[in-house]
Amino acid sequence: MNAVYGLFAGLSALLLVVAGFAVVTRRHFAAVVGFTAFGLLLSLAWVALAAPDVALTEAAVGGGVTGVLLLSASVQMRAKMEVLPSWGVRFIAAVLAAIVTAGLMLVVLMLPDEAPTLAPAAKESLAFTGMGNPATAVLMAYRALDTMLEKVVLLLALVAVWSLGRDHFWGGRPDFDFSTQTSGPLLLLARVLVPVGVLVGIYLFWVGADEPGGAFAGGALIAAMGLLAFFAGVARPPLVGSGWLRWAVVAGIAVFLIVGFGGFWGAGDFLAYPDGLAKPVIVVIEVAMTLSIALTLVLLVVGPPGRRP
Amino acid sequence: MSEIFGFTAACLVGLGLYGLIVHSSALRKILSFNVLGSGIFLLLGVIARRGAAAGLVADPVPQALVITGIVVAFSATALGVALIRRLDEDDEEEGEP
Amino acid sequence: MSEALDVFTRIAVSLGAMFFLAGTVGLLRFPDTLSRLHALTKADNLGLGLIVLGLLPQVAWPFGALKLVLVWVLVLAASAASSQLVARKVRGGKDRS
Repeated sequence: MNAVYGLFAGLSALLLVVAGFAVVTRRHFAAVVGFTAFGLLLSLAWVALAAPDVALTEAAVGGGVTGVLLLSASVQMRAKMEVLPSWGVRFIAAVLAAIVTAGLMLVVLMLPDEAPTLAPAAKESLAFTGMGNPATAVLMAYRALDTMLEKVVLLLALVAVWSLGRDHFWGGRPDFDFSTQTSGPLLLLARVLVPVGVLVGIYLFWVGADEPGGAFAGGALIAAMGLLAFFAGVARPPLVGSGWLRWAVVAGIAVFLIVGFGGFWGAGDFLAYPDGLAKPVIVVIEVAMTLSIALTLVLLVVGPPGRRP
Repeated sequence: MSEIFGFTAACLVGLGLYGLIVHSSALRKILSFNVLGSGIFLLLGVIARRGAAAGLVADPVPQALVITGIVVAFSATALGVALIRRLDEDDEEEGEP
Repeated sequence: MSEALDVFTRIAVSLGAMFFLAGTVGLLRFPDTLSRLHALTKADNLGLGLIVLGLLPQVAWPFGALKLVLVWVLVLAASAASSQLVARKVRGGKDRS
């Protein structure tokens, strides 16, 4: 028991040191590298908190894809170093942050001894959906509405990012083309790793019904493979104006809405799944969702159209 | 036992808040905001772990919330980065330093 | 039999952890980029290899074992390619100056 406690304490200390470095260092590039390492360490903390699904999502989205996004932004920025405000301002900010931290620590200490929990309710819906992984069951059945609205948030973010492109580039490709500066090892890696990675992504989504995994982790992995293909120059980002892209991006929401309104007719309520058919219906939604998540994540990273169509 | 991560979460929120205030560069503000968000997610994770019941090792509802939250945080980060890049381009065109 | 396998797991995983420790020390202490890369590859290849080898008797045969080996092979491929990229960048920088 004590060894485990020591391990948790060590992991916590490491998390704080790396996060502190990412926040305090003056070089932007070093800060982003620190943040990516922080995301990977954080996923270990999620394993320690018995949340393997969150760990996979954090490693893939929080560490991996966010890391690529911030890294490419930090490389493009002209100012490489941060100019910090005076000592006085920093001191006041530190005191303020310390007060908030102390308050939150008090909250942690005062958490009720008998923790409120929705686990029994979630367990009930588990039997109905025929799934073995409670986190996936909550995402897809018990709180499916949240998951659907989150797809809408992803789509709105993509619309907002696209609308930042210049008028004369509209319908063109994002400026994310490295095909002229590729190198041998990267090309080999893209050719070997991308097919395997896509397969692992599909596996993660499929196994998510009963074991850690799910549409988010699988979709993020497939997205990472797409980015690797762009970096190696074996593929180019798609034309923002192409029709198939639009359909693929909204596929997840569309299927969700069809199933949702179908619920009125088949089971008497919005997003209610008919008895006995819950699992196949959920799988159909998840297939469309994984496709949309993977594509939207890639498109959010490569940014608005930056070349003439 | 999981309380130790609760304290870590509190410290992460403080660190993120500090960075959010002192940095002048928008990219570093976004990064700090992500650290702050991670702290809040971790707090939810501790609450989920404490809610172990009915044979489950943790309450899956906060965990699902965090999974949704990570993806939403990423969308917001991507939008922020796109805004920064556009601002940077426009500054360059106007010839400002 | 199973006890002998447990002992084997302990020894192999501990050895692997030692390589990680040595690799990290090298990463922090070595003077230039190329020797730091050298230290890192020891951690990735031998350290992770020994840990995977040690864990093989503990997982379901054959698919669990295959997944573990796949993890090792994928990490090898990724670390070899990224080390090449870093090394090329370093060499390229030196040639120009």
